Amino acid sequence: MVGLAMAGINRSAAQLLATIVGNKKVGQYHQILISVGDLVAQCKPGNFVAISVGGPNSKMVLRRAFAISRTTTSTQYGGAIELIVAPHGNGSSWLCGLVEGEQIDITLPLGTAFGIPTTNVNALLVGGGYGSAPLFGLAEVLKERGCRVDMLLGASTGSKIYAPLEGKRSVNSLRIFTEDGSMGETGRITSPIAQLVSELQIDVIYSCGPMAMLKAISEILDGGDVVHQCAVEEAMACGIGICMTCVLPVKDEAGKINNLRSCIDGPVMDGAAIEWDLVGKTLVL
Amino acid sequence: MSQLDFSTTLGNAWFPAPIFTASGCASSGKELAQFFDLRDMGAIVTKSIMTKPRAGRATPRMAETPSGMLNSIGLQGPGIDAFLANDLAWLVEQKARIIVSIAGETAEEFASLARRLRGVAGISALEVNISCPNVENRGMVFACHLESAQTVIEGVRRTIGGDLPIIAKLSPDVTDIVSIARGVIDAGADGLALINTVLGMVINPNTMRPHLGGRTGGLSGPAVRPIAVRAIYQVHEALPKVPILGMGGVSSGADAFELILAGASGVSVGTASFGNPTAIMKIQNELRQILTDKGFSSLREAVGFAHRPESSVR
Repeated sequence: MVGLAMAGINRSAAQLLATIVGNKKVGQYHQILISVGDLVAQCKPGNFVAISVGGPNSKMVLRRAFAISRTTTSTQYGGAIELIVAPHGNGSSWLCGLVEGEQIDITLPLGTAFGIPTTNVNALLVGGGYGSAPLFGLAEVLKERGCRVDMLLGASTGSKIYAPLEGKRSVNSLRIFTEDGSMGETGRITSPIAQLVSELQIDVIYSCGPMAMLKAISEILDGGDVVHQCAVEEAMACGIGICMTCVLPVKDEAGKINNLRSCIDGPVMDGAAIEWDLVGKTLVL
Repeated sequence: MSQLDFSTTLGNAWFPAPIFTASGCASSGKELAQFFDLRDMGAIVTKSIMTKPRAGRATPRMAETPSGMLNSIGLQGPGIDAFLANDLAWLVEQKARIIVSIAGETAEEFASLARRLRGVAGISALEVNISCPNVENRGMVFACHLESAQTVIEGVRRTIGGDLPIIAKLSPDVTDIVSIARGVIDAGADGLALINTVLGMVINPNTMRPHLGGRTGGLSGPAVRPIAVRAIYQVHEALPKVPILGMGGVSSGADAFELILAGASGVSVGTASFGNPTAIMKIQNELRQILTDKGFSSLREAVGFAHRPESSVR
């Protein structure tokens, strides 16, 4: 099933019927655990999955994309991935309503992964809302590499913060910001970044969350040496590169701007290469 | 059990199986090749290519609708030079059967694209997409105007010569699709691709403005299937000898069978691949089973079967 033509796009990806092995409500979110067998070894922090929703007679024709938050392996159900899902729309609500033992049609792993440094760098992880989900798995990998890992989480209000207890163990420090002050410090998540970058001698920022937050981080880092690896959020119809709906304007090495697909050239992209001011605009080549 | 002849033809092009991708729904094949062998389907119909690289329309480009979706891509693509050097070369190397789809802003652009493709090895047919709804200028939807549609097809026919089959892709957004169909066949097309997406709009209740960057978009998916069946039925009734590549909301073998009964010789799958990367293989296998179960010995026997009088029951 995998790698028939070796075209190099999503070459570890497969489509399978997978069993839900856990569905736990955590605040406003659901932690959904899905058994995927050996494929778990191919799933890296930053990769995402695309899930068919609504059952066989669904009027929802498109898959839903979710970032893989964590991978685990247990003797009970083998390799499994964890997704953090907010029951916002009809598709995510359907998924959150599934119980252990039910099966879903899932395609994974898709897209680019966060680049992991080969040396022990200082990393700052910035997550907006449940954009924090893939950052905890990433934090574990970075800690294993000997990196210093600090984390910022932010949301409009405390109930939208996703910060599992076990996740806190994998970071050196964790600060939470809410705009209404209902949890942690009051203010925007982006406000302490410039100061932290210099105080902690940050080499790389990994971010995931709303586009406005990713853009703001890129602007703070503009002109500096800090690498910004951001996982973008664009509406996708297919998740595998065939529909061309999820494009973002990205500058190549020669300085030429092209509309790239955030599903296969992303979701993890170089924040400095994205032309944030051109997002949502008509690009003229 | 007798062996089912599953092959089909579009003009002088022969295909071992009747399920195809729909232009604009499979890029140039590399992405789907991860999920099935491209050689197992009828042919890949490539994303419509234009002369120059094109960035397409602004995002958001997509809105899911009940049993369908709107897209507003606007023919984003690499341009013919890069297409020939990379995408087509790769497809030829894979030994996939290929229908190249072309789009232009003017009749001259279509003709010049045909000139670039003339004599290129490995192409089974040429789809002339005169009906993409996602263009700034509605006048560019040649398929909405009989004379414009004919001018484009005549130019392509003249340029490409006599061998390569030309398939004109038509829009359902016209008062009388039969007259457009007849017109492009008279102008030199060998077959028809029916239907392109249906022009639609979604307004976002939060912003209270059109949701898509391009404001309007093309509706596809199961929601448009009855429109496709109607268009194919009407055109096949008027022009029974003209091969039709049918498409519009096909997501199962039964759906494909419906289009074949209406008069399609082949069926393209578009939106269903977005929801399921192996939809094409699933649909093809289901169709084969249905044809066998209904007692057909060949796909060809089923083409246009719905037009036969009630007495000809199987």
